[in-house]
Amino acid sequence: MNWVNVLLQGVLLGGFYALLACGLSLMFGVMRIINLAHGDIAVIGAYLIWVLVNQTSIPPWLAALLVLPVMWVAGYAMYILLLERSRRAGMLVPLLTTFGLAIVIENVLLQVFSPDDHSLLSSTGTLATSSITFGGLSISVFGVLTLATAVIVLTSLQAFLSRTTSGRQMRATAEDPDVAELVGINARAVYARATAIAVAIAGLGGIFLAIRQTFDPSTGPTQLIFAFEAVVIGGFGSQWGTLLGGIVLGVAQVIGAQVNPQYFVLFGHIVFLAVLASPRGGLLSRRGSAL
Amino acid sequence: MIRVHGAPLAGGFRVQRWTRVSIVSALLSIALVAVLALVPFLFGADVTEQLTTLLIFVILAVMWNALAGYGGLISVGQQAFIGLGAYGTIYLTQHGFTPYVAMIVAGLGAGAVAVPTSLIMLRLRGGQFAIGMWVVAEVFGILVTLDSGLGGGTGVSLNGLNVFAPGYRQAYTFWLTLMCATLLLGLVFFLLRRRIGTSLQAVRDDEGAAASLGVNVVRSKRVLFVVAAVGCGIAGALYLANTLFIQTTSVFGVQWTAYMLFMVLVGGLGTFEGPIIGAIIFYLIQAQFGDSGAWYFVGLGATAIAFALFLPHGIWGAVDRRLQLRLLPVGYTLRRLDAPARAGSDQPPTDA
Repeated sequence: MNWVNVLLQGVLLGGFYALLACGLSLMFGVMRIINLAHGDIAVIGAYLIWVLVNQTSIPPWLAALLVLPVMWVAGYAMYILLLERSRRAGMLVPLLTTFGLAIVIENVLLQVFSPDDHSLLSSTGTLATSSITFGGLSISVFGVLTLATAVIVLTSLQAFLSRTTSGRQMRATAEDPDVAELVGINARAVYARATAIAVAIAGLGGIFLAIRQTFDPSTGPTQLIFAFEAVVIGGFGSQWGTLLGGIVLGVAQVIGAQVNPQYFVLFGHIVFLAVLASPRGGLLSRRGSAL
Repeated sequence: MIRVHGAPLAGGFRVQRWTRVSIVSALLSIALVAVLALVPFLFGADVTEQLTTLLIFVILAVMWNALAGYGGLISVGQQAFIGLGAYGTIYLTQHGFTPYVAMIVAGLGAGAVAVPTSLIMLRLRGGQFAIGMWVVAEVFGILVTLDSGLGGGTGVSLNGLNVFAPGYRQAYTFWLTLMCATLLLGLVFFLLRRRIGTSLQAVRDDEGAAASLGVNVVRSKRVLFVVAAVGCGIAGALYLANTLFIQTTSVFGVQWTAYMLFMVLVGGLGTFEGPIIGAIIFYLIQAQFGDSGAWYFVGLGATAIAFALFLPHGIWGAVDRRLQLRLLPVGYTLRRLDAPARAGSDQPPTDA
């Protein structure tokens, strides 16, 4: 029964990684940009909710609702101020500028909040720690909530991309921006919207991060790496692949920790490298289609 | 491949690599190396140590630029090889090697590790390669941490250099650094001037088109990847010899990539001279503001962004465009027989 428990923990952890990963995957799918500041943006979300909860008397659920529009606007600003120009300057420039942005974010957070650990654990009551026992299995309530949120976000994203006009414009732009412009789509607006959505979802991931663990200004790069691994394991450009990738990564890490606590991160990396080395390169990878 | 250097072509053009300025500057570079070799005799140990640090920065910047500026491979994980060079040296000295030999062997060992690494990593492109390399660096860092013989996560000192008096040790380390920097820069210089240099730039600018013209894309990238790994490995070993103590969190840390990115972007991505200038600027900034903590890094990051967006070919790119200076030419100049020179095939990257 112990191993079933471990597996379940891994699946729930995978939900968190999928939540972190879907913004990264969306930006790559629409713009072919890998945002190296993605993890640090999630950490900004974590600090935002921490400030709202600890410095004001706003209840945590309302604070969470306030963080999302702020992140949305920040995403728009990021596209207009940084990515628009980077994107036009060539394939490699967005990597350079988003890495620069990551350095800036980490160190501004370090200057403002000190290198000390922060956490929302004490403000969210028993949410993060309570679990239900079911037939000998101990299921973390917050883990289930995270996985459910990831599934809802992925389903909504899928519905947005396939059902709404705005979503179809996004898919058309991802396929071929020039032709999309010819039929009257404003590619720049589509890109800005995609960035805003991606940053808002990263912020949502940051909220869950703040509740489930302690964080500090240097937490971001690890989150970026885990999110990226989830995307690659699942296969680039596949929404449900991201969820599957997150779960595979989570299970690998939890099994590693079971073998030796020091192997938690290592096992995830090894599965990631093994998937890269495999001929298919990604479990649900689809070639030729961007989203 | 153009082989008719200096011979007139149809239409009154002539392909030229060396100009009078570049011959003089190449000779001056050789003279500069000779002068630098005298530094330990002329100055104290602290100046020697500082110059060692500067030369290590130069090696790192040139290697990162070779990958990014000529190969189109932006790596966020070159610290993998910096760490391997440093910890390889520790491991070898624990197993009977003398430190200075161990440093060279460890650097070459980093290159040997790069060969199997390239089999997986070079299948990736763009941002996937960038983060993939970061994961590789993390994996190497974790593996070293797990080995208690290498000090675990708490750090380890390089023993064996204390047989020399401190002044001599500093001088020997400096000479080794100068020798490695000269050899590695020379290697990259000649590599970029050969067929493979032209191939790489073609791959960087359009991989599909380069492959269709018969460029062996994977092999060209692999050679560059391994050379950059050797360079970073040796730089890591030299860093260890200069500081005598390392920790996994510092040598395998991503801040190395931040430094390299800054040096290359400020100096000039895709130019041979730029990273050297970038390294000198970075060294001066670090000496001035290195103690300012987080704001120093905010400044580095913001400057790198500004250069990437507004001056993508860096300081040297701007100078070069205005003055047509090629101090150490790796490309060609197409010269009209009756008109001033125009820049030839070593244009910095615009679209990769």
